[in-house]
Amino acid sequence: MSADAEPTADDAEDTAEVAAAAQGARDAAGHPLVVQDLRKTFGGITAVDGASFSVEEGSLTGLIGPNGAGKSTTFNCITGVHTPTSGSVTFRGNDITGMAPHQIARQGLVRTFQIARELPDMTVLENMMLAPQGQSGERLSHAILPGLRDGVVAEEEELLERAWQQLEFFEIDHLAEEYAGNLSGGQRKLLEMARALMTDPSMVLLDEPLAGVNPTLEEKLLDRIHELRERGNTFLFVEHDMDVIMDNCEHVIVMHQGRVLAEGTPEQVTSDERVVEAYLGGDV
Amino acid sequence: MSSPTETADASAATGAGDGREIPGWTPYRAWFRDQWAQGGAVAWGTALGHLFVGLVAFALVVGFDVGSLPIGGSLVWFVYLSLTVVVLYAATAPPAEPYVAWLDDRWMESDTDKLLIILGHVVAVFFLFAVALGLPFNGLAGALGSVFFFTAVYAMMVLALNLHWGYAGIFNIGIAGFMAVGVYVMAILSTPVDAGPTGVPGLGLPLPIGILGGVVAAAVVGLVAALPALRLRADYFAIVTVALSEIIRLSLNSRVLQEFTVAGVTTGTGGATGKTMPGNPIRLLFYESFDPGAGPALLGSVLFPVFEGLRVQLIPPNSFLVGVVPLPAFTLDLAVEPPVIVNWAYVAVLVGAVALFYVLLVRTGNSPFGRVLKAIREDEVVAKSLGKDTNRFKIVAFMFGCGLMGLGGILWQGSQGFANPNAFRPIITFYIWVALIIGGAGSNTGSVLGGALFAGLIWEGPVYVRRVVTNYVELGGTPGTFPAAVGPFVEGEVLPFLAYMLGNISALRFVLVGVILVALMQTRPEGLLGHRKEEAAAIPLGRPTERAGGEGGTPRPTRSRTGATARRG
Repeated sequence: MSADAEPTADDAEDTAEVAAAAQGARDAAGHPLVVQDLRKTFGGITAVDGASFSVEEGSLTGLIGPNGAGKSTTFNCITGVHTPTSGSVTFRGNDITGMAPHQIARQGLVRTFQIARELPDMTVLENMMLAPQGQSGERLSHAILPGLRDGVVAEEEELLERAWQQLEFFEIDHLAEEYAGNLSGGQRKLLEMARALMTDPSMVLLDEPLAGVNPTLEEKLLDRIHELRERGNTFLFVEHDMDVIMDNCEHVIVMHQGRVLAEGTPEQVTSDERVVEAYLGGDV
Repeated sequence: MSSPTETADASAATGAGDGREIPGWTPYRAWFRDQWAQGGAVAWGTALGHLFVGLVAFALVVGFDVGSLPIGGSLVWFVYLSLTVVVLYAATAPPAEPYVAWLDDRWMESDTDKLLIILGHVVAVFFLFAVALGLPFNGLAGALGSVFFFTAVYAMMVLALNLHWGYAGIFNIGIAGFMAVGVYVMAILSTPVDAGPTGVPGLGLPLPIGILGGVVAAAVVGLVAALPALRLRADYFAIVTVALSEIIRLSLNSRVLQEFTVAGVTTGTGGATGKTMPGNPIRLLFYESFDPGAGPALLGSVLFPVFEGLRVQLIPPNSFLVGVVPLPAFTLDLAVEPPVIVNWAYVAVLVGAVALFYVLLVRTGNSPFGRVLKAIREDEVVAKSLGKDTNRFKIVAFMFGCGLMGLGGILWQGSQGFANPNAFRPIITFYIWVALIIGGAGSNTGSVLGGALFAGLIWEGPVYVRRVVTNYVELGGTPGTFPAAVGPFVEGEVLPFLAYMLGNISALRFVLVGVILVALMQTRPEGLLGHRKEEAAAIPLGRPTERAGGEGGTPRPTRSRTGATARRG
């Protein structure tokens, strides 16, 4: 397509460099998520155009880029909402390209949504208890047959305990018996993150977790993310707000026009001329 | 009420002033309420004691020869029971509290109270009908037997539908089709091989196998519908189900399937003329065989004679009080005819089946399985993103519900000795939906209540209203057309219109259903029992008791923002 013809030879070289750097990173151990040459087209529009990057174990990695850079599409390709046109996504050594969303979630790669998607007519606790994986009571026979149901009840008691702990951790335990639809926007974001963590994920993809959240709550959410990261969770963090990313992530991936433009520490990225030009230099 | 404080107390409590002073009433009521509050044997002993004393007193005071009255024995019962209810209510309810408020109170107590309140009112309404029609006790028992039959079958179907719509949000409007599959497969499997000159032969298998086969077949047809169609959006899925249900009905109706031979076995659907169903085994508890003229057996030989002449002469004719005052004769009429007894026995079986449905579906709903169904209903994308294979859940839930619909159909249409495809028109599906909407989607208890209200007040009620009106008003001929019914208004004649309305009461049920739905949507769109609010978990989702103390309440120490910054550096 015509957009492909526009980038100069210089640009192409840089992208190749970035890809090579990413390749090196991938080879090192401790990168649970590896995205290679990911491409996604919608009709004539190429949303993601050969993006490659990897996320380090136990890191809080930021994925930024101006509007239309392909962040959300990349995200949706990783989580199985979209099937990539080409390229591959590997999670902990397994090729998860094109898998169904529920299969990817079962591998321990869980996402949150840009606009919080609580289950409004279910209570906060019901929302929380939905998430854990491999519940025996999810089989109809276990739910209804007298002998098998006892095991389900025991399991439920454990889950309830965990749900309370998680709610207390996110400081929304006072809302536990409220219907999720009655929560404020910020509380929904907290609930959504708490719910995602109930699946016991090894990596969480956060799609703009701070969008529409007030500053106090924003601080609270970031606190929680840092604390969870210290406990060993890995986060990939899509965000529009440059400052938040720069203040919180130790590794940043910058996307532009469907490709990875730059990668590195916040300092490296902000001093990269191409990034300044593409993103910071423009009127943000 | 001698002392001033007592009077003040009483008027404060009653709020009714001094208008209702009956000597001894206040201490009596206090005593009664005390007994009642103790619960258990004491409360019931006191209440039943009052019933008995009231019965004797009633017989002594207003006893008369029931048979000589035009409106029959039910009136006696009615007056007696009304008096008892009024006395019990006055004694147990807080004074001056209106009936509705008292009902509201009881309504909140438990699901059993809700069921008793609804059934109690349905029974009361039919009691009034029986009194107005002058039915003997047998007639009342027959009417109530029919009401409870429909209550039970509708409750079963609504419970199954609630799993689809209330929990999983699956829009199934092909219920009649799944019922038909259950009924016809059961019939084909279990009607005898030698069906006589007019009937269509079956495979002659035992009835339990036939029933099981019917249920499995309904579930499998559900699977066939679900596999391709659950990918569709809710409304398109609905169109698929209703189309499937009509395909099933029209197939049963066709000549092609009327009688066919597969692998040397001849069987068939009977086509438009219908199909004889295997005999209802409950009948065999009472009769020697299914033949109309069969003699009584087992239960029948015991119960029929007992109920046949159950008329207790409480006051024989020509009795005198203390040998001087003449007393009117009073006979307690409790006689019930054999067919009514057999119907009631089958109603008892149905009540057991409703209980089974209820337990199964409550367990299904209150479990991780039900939780996933609810999540699918709320937002399928979220359920998927949390690792739930939503298609599997939808298919399993749909098949389970369809199997139950098949079983419900067998217990309903399959129990009547005969069925034809007309019994499975889409209107039945629509009625079941109306009952679900009345009861409240998402609530299993609401499903049962919706079934009871629909069966009692919308299904059976209008027919009795017609009977009562025609019993008292001489309507003359029923006009054949609407203009002929409305025309006489000009001359001030209302009766032709009334006759026209009553003559078409079955059709008017549709209007009634419409009016009720509009009123319900205006005032209580979530139905009788909340909208989809039953908690989906195998245990009560409260704060566990050991945590109820301080731990949960104490705020956990919040890490400071500076700490976070330091770590990053």
